[in-house]
Amino acid sequence: MRNSKPVLLVEDDGVDAMTVRRAFKDLKILNPLAHSANGEEALAYLADPSNEKPCVILLDLNMPKMNGAEFLKVAKADADLRKIPVIVLTTSREEYDIVRSFELSVAGYIVKPVDYRNFVEAIRTIDLYWTLSELPEQEVGVKDAKFKASVVG
Amino acid sequence: MRSSKPVLLVEDDDVDAMTITRAVDDLEIAGPLARVTDGEEALKYLRSRGNEKPCIIFLDLNMPRMNGAEFLKVVKADDTLKRVPIIVLTASKEQCDIVSSFDLCVAGYIVKPVDYERFVQALKTIDLYWTLSELPNGRW
Repeated sequence: MRNSKPVLLVEDDGVDAMTVRRAFKDLKILNPLAHSANGEEALAYLADPSNEKPCVILLDLNMPKMNGAEFLKVAKADADLRKIPVIVLTTSREEYDIVRSFELSVAGYIVKPVDYRNFVEAIRTIDLYWTLSELPEQEVGVKDAKFKASVVG
Repeated sequence: MRSSKPVLLVEDDDVDAMTITRAVDDLEIAGPLARVTDGEEALKYLRSRGNEKPCIIFLDLNMPRMNGAEFLKVVKADDTLKRVPIIVLTASKEQCDIVSSFDLCVAGYIVKPVDYERFVQALKTIDLYWTLSELPNGRW
């Protein structure tokens, strides 16, 4: 990705999460991968000030407790969180899921390839695109810089 | 792109529009490219029943009459238009432009490379990503 902030993966399936982790390693993507098992956990992760805000979020749709669409509704109504691009990574090809996700302003909707080699290619393309694209610097970082400057000054 | 629907280019600069058209042709990547020169024209295009809705919008920011940010505000408040992914394609590297665009939920923000070869490379990456990604094809 364009910056070295973490990527947040929201995924309830342990095997799928491991596959993403393995693909990151194989592609030598340097961003740390943070993992939440559902939307609720992801919101808790994002609300915790000790966690660095992610540069992008990879979001599964079918999850227990709080699913992907419910998470998107909350995240896109939040003034800070709405700036983080969310890319859906799911097994669902349902037109309903696709349309609803884009209505909730996702920045991509990728059907998980079953084959590992194709899966790695998909992650490579995501990494390539989000390296080309600019990403918003969180205001937290600006405040931090100001704080540091005032300490130094 | 995954879809054969048109790509809508919102760009006031003729030379930039020509460069994009040329790169799209060279790469044979998209369906027809429809071009309008500002946000107001883009809204008119999108709301005209005779025009096929685009699969994606490439949006410049600095334009006369209705600029990119103003266009984004209108589109993202419209229940049918808000589902079209919008990719900003601009000369501006200003952090405030980047933040306000992502605040309006753009699906990418790409600073136009000056060099043509690099411009083609950038479009290739955009095409690769939006071929991998599904696009909403539902009825309007």
